[in-house]
Amino acid sequence: MNKIDKELLSEIAGLHDVPQGAYNIRKNSDSAGRKSTDSIIIESKKDKPGIDIKIKPGTKNQSVHIPVIITETGITEMVYNDFYIGDDSDVLIVAGCGIHNSGDKETGHDGVHRFFIGKNAKVRYIEKHYGEGDGNGKKIMNPSTEVEMQENSVCEMEMVQIKGVDSTLRKMTANLGKNAKLTVTERMMTHGNQTARSDMLIYLNGEESSAQVISRSVGKDSSDQTFNPAVIGNNSCRAHIQCDSIIMDNSKIRSIPEIAANHKEAQIVHEAAIGRINGDQLLKLQTLGLTAEEAENVIIDGFLK
Amino acid sequence: MLEIKNLTFEADDGKKTVKIIDNISLSVPDGKFMVITGPNGGGKSTLARLIMGLEKPTEGQIIYNGTDITDMSVTDRAKLGIGYAFQQPPRFKGMTVRKMLSIANGSELSEKECCNFLAKVGLCSAEYVSRELDNSLSGGEMKRIEIATLMARKPKLAIFDEPEAGIDLWSFSMLVETFKNIQRTSSGTTIIISHQERIMNLADEMVVIAEGKIRKSGEKTQMLADLMCEFSSTPRCIRAEN
Repeated sequence: MNKIDKELLSEIAGLHDVPQGAYNIRKNSDSAGRKSTDSIIIESKKDKPGIDIKIKPGTKNQSVHIPVIITETGITEMVYNDFYIGDDSDVLIVAGCGIHNSGDKETGHDGVHRFFIGKNAKVRYIEKHYGEGDGNGKKIMNPSTEVEMQENSVCEMEMVQIKGVDSTLRKMTANLGKNAKLTVTERMMTHGNQTARSDMLIYLNGEESSAQVISRSVGKDSSDQTFNPAVIGNNSCRAHIQCDSIIMDNSKIRSIPEIAANHKEAQIVHEAAIGRINGDQLLKLQTLGLTAEEAENVIIDGFLK
Repeated sequence: MLEIKNLTFEADDGKKTVKIIDNISLSVPDGKFMVITGPNGGGKSTLARLIMGLEKPTEGQIIYNGTDITDMSVTDRAKLGIGYAFQQPPRFKGMTVRKMLSIANGSELSEKECCNFLAKVGLCSAEYVSRELDNSLSGGEMKRIEIATLMARKPKLAIFDEPEAGIDLWSFSMLVETFKNIQRTSSGTTIIISHQERIMNLADEMVVIAEGKIRKSGEKTQMLADLMCEFSSTPRCIRAEN
């Protein structure tokens, strides 16, 4: 691992060394390290690029890190990762992709992640996307996530894109079984001429299933964002969608939370707000000795935290 | 020493230009506890905002410890040691109470240190430290945290704009005790905009502002007696006037 690799891994996965537990590090479309454990098996797919992560039933308090880094300009890849999470397990999965593009060719990572979450299992999934490099080549990431949740399972997904990704199209589909609970927290900041679109389709199929979608974004410069989270209640269920955006400079933001109910016991709420930074917020922090620029950064950092 | 010289602030009400502050001059010596009172809309809060730099005066000067701060930014005034508690503090999605208190204090505060500041305004529970300053907090809670924030800042000149507004009776009693403590122990200067007699009773000096002008100013005991008479027709007041 060179300095750039380490910096990328630190940004996307908080890694400063080889992670504890199971891991698979992918670098420039090749394997840069893998470790399975007794209860978490990582295997390469036979028919296409990607890995299968099999977590045995009852696995508790363990983690899997599967970061992807790309440091060569011109690489574009499509990766398929499947997670099989056994019944009654409780695990943390840290994914993410970091691109360092110093060249003039487009570099991109497209990934399809499928989650099969067993009964009573609990998963916390963290995915961070980050781009850097002084080349003209674009950095593109298009993640696609599919989640199948069985009875009483819990899934918390945190998807973060803070910096340096020129274009992204996020797609997510989830199907929730009885008593399943899904929380999706999406945080995004775009700048320059970046574009970002996030589409979600969450089906609450099981009795007493529930979902919460929290989307917070900041648009700077001339960037363009669109959010379209949709929740469909097909049973007695509860859901809440909350989209908040701070709009700055000449950016454009569209927020389209969508809800549908196909059952009389479905309770689904959505709210969305787009606005600039409140002047009183800036003044408040200035009365505490911060400059206007420092105040703005503190507000944005807190908002996207 | 804070000196306000011939300060005027005009604003456009949509139809005409109105003098919100009309040629006010005032001196606040170091270490004094001053209460500014008067009818709503009289210009008290505007004067406080002018001192902090949240509004720019149309005319006049503000001198703090010999430095003309009239054109100084809010940030620079804060760095000089002037602090301000908003009457309606803004909410911040994502920012915790601990973060706000730490920014105010200029150092990363521990949970216990945060609790100490919060306890002074009646928010004794450690639970508040990690709460976000968003809509989940009531107006009264926000107000108390705002006061705790200014206390964490420890300014040389502290300005509180109607600290009692939106605070329940129990918390108000605690707030009065907090201000009593500030009055007893602080070497700094305190200016409080207030309508509350219990807060006025703490003052060294009082100023009454109405229609943008100083109507009365002076030592607390005489000022309170004058104010009581203004709203009463007791024989004692009538005799005193005669």
